Amino acid sequence: MSFLSYLINGISLGSVYAIIALGYTMVYGIAKMLNFAHGDVIMVGGYVALTMMLNLNVNPVIAILVAIVACTVLGICIETIAYRPLLGAASPLAVLITAIGVSYFLQNVVLLIFGSNPKSFQSVVTFGDLQLAGGSLVISDEAVVTILTCVIIMVVLTLFIGKTKAGQAMQAVSEDKGAARLMGINVNGTIALTFAIGSGLAAVAGILLLSSYPSLTPYTGSMPGIKAFVAAVFGGIGSIPGAFIGGILLGVIEILGRAYISSQLADAIVFAVLIVVLLVKPTGLLGKAVQEKV
Amino acid sequence: MKKLNKTTKDNLITYGMVLIAYVAVEIFLKAGVVSSLLQGLLVPLCVYVVLAVSLNLVVGISGELSLGHAGFMCVGAFAGAFVSNCVKDVITAGSVRIFLALLTGAAVAAVFGLLIGIPVLRLRGDYLAIVTLAFGEIIKNVMNVFYIGIDGSGIHVSMKDKMSLGLAADGNVIINGPQGITGTPKDSNFTIGVLLILVTLFIVLNLIHSRDGRAIRAIRDNRIAAESVGINITKYKLMAFTISASLAGAAGVLYSHNLASLQASKFGFNTSILVLVFVVLGGIGNIRGSIIAAVILTLLPELLRALNDYRMLIYAVVLIAMMLFTSSPAGMAFRERFSLKRLLGRTKEGKEEQ
Repeated sequence: MSFLSYLINGISLGSVYAIIALGYTMVYGIAKMLNFAHGDVIMVGGYVALTMMLNLNVNPVIAILVAIVACTVLGICIETIAYRPLLGAASPLAVLITAIGVSYFLQNVVLLIFGSNPKSFQSVVTFGDLQLAGGSLVISDEAVVTILTCVIIMVVLTLFIGKTKAGQAMQAVSEDKGAARLMGINVNGTIALTFAIGSGLAAVAGILLLSSYPSLTPYTGSMPGIKAFVAAVFGGIGSIPGAFIGGILLGVIEILGRAYISSQLADAIVFAVLIVVLLVKPTGLLGKAVQEKV
Repeated sequence: MKKLNKTTKDNLITYGMVLIAYVAVEIFLKAGVVSSLLQGLLVPLCVYVVLAVSLNLVVGISGELSLGHAGFMCVGAFAGAFVSNCVKDVITAGSVRIFLALLTGAAVAAVFGLLIGIPVLRLRGDYLAIVTLAFGEIIKNVMNVFYIGIDGSGIHVSMKDKMSLGLAADGNVIINGPQGITGTPKDSNFTIGVLLILVTLFIVLNLIHSRDGRAIRAIRDNRIAAESVGINITKYKLMAFTISASLAGAAGVLYSHNLASLQASKFGFNTSILVLVFVVLGGIGNIRGSIIAAVILTLLPELLRALNDYRMLIYAVVLIAMMLFTSSPAGMAFRERFSLKRLLGRTKEGKEEQ
């Protein structure tokens, strides 16, 4: 039974990684850049929700909505100020460095406002743990909500990208920016929309993560950010189902590694599995190999 | 001077710059106008310059994005500190000890560079970047649970805890898991740091302008074309990666001999990123730029110390602003329009017209 409960915890943590990884992978797919500030958007979402709930005493549902809106706006601001001017830059590394700059910026703004002491986050899920098999298997309510949210987001996002005009515009832009522009697609608007969706998802992920692991500091976002990036690459970066599978697998490996092998080496195990996967399949689990033209 | 070609002249300027900076700092030190805070920064400054130059060899010259440079620094730092701790009772001359430590650190880091490079360099682009990141984190995590001790019967290694080393009574724990290494002799100083910078420059600049270096750059510019003229891709990529790792290891040794205690947690992802920022801001592939960027960006947070809580915020804003100014198409057009050369050129033309 303990294995089952570890597995469910792993899937729950993995669902959070998957939601963050979706943001990574969408931005990468469309703008071909690694958005290192993504992890810090999670942290900002956490702080917004916490302030709304603790200091303003609003309903958790409203707090979540405000956090999502705030992160969405933040995502659009980041895109406009720090990334759009560099779209035609000679080196792709330029954008990577501004992303790091944005990451430092967000961390330090939050540090100035809230200080470096960890704040304890109150869970937004309060309907009580599930008792199964006569009480021998307890599933926390946060895990249930996290997994369900992840599945819903996954389904809605797939439908959005496949069926709506805006979603198809995203696919077109990620395939070929020039051709998309010729077809009358607003390329900059589409990229901004991708950032907005990714950042909104980051807010959701942040609140879910903090509901299960309730310690919030200005640096809370960076490690889940890196792990989600790993998850995105694991599943094949640019692929949405890949991000989902990569995230879940990563979470399960991390929790099982922590439980059965060594709690200090859990991160090392996660990264080692990633290396093995990439060496066997260099484009990730579901990534498409791009044919090189000579 | 006429006989020197352009690259030789360029290289001499780089060496000269380092030497002049060294002499200037020494004069200021003798004059006693350097604050103790800045004095404490001199060795880290050398460490970061060596790291930046060595990372530029991989990122700029070989064209592969590496996010795990701190991992090699970590390996070198621990290997060097281990050797110094073992021999500190036998060898008392600090300069001999650190020379030995630098050699060991560089050699061990080179072995790691080679072992990691063989699988990693099969990958390309962002996948390579993420795997180097992964290796960097693995090294940090493993060092965090690594115990090594020494007693009469030899060296004991464990990955569990101090007790399982099974040391004899006279035994001595040298690397103590998360607590790292303590009591490393403080053998680093500014002169040794500058010497290491010069050696690094000598190795890297000579490599770049050698036949091997041209092969490495050819692979960066067009892998397929390079392969089709018979350049052994794996060999040259591995060469750049290993040399870079080994220099990072040497930088780590310098770093570890400047601190009383050393923990693996200091060599995380953030350190790798810090060095990458130096390389990108200094200009990818531009060795002299890396040196200048490393010096300025290491000093910047200290110079902003008066601003207290706001300094890292300003650092972040400066980073973004510099990147937008130097790399965005709009910023480049602006620089083109108002560049000094062009403004000077105009005044010259104006004079000629008169």
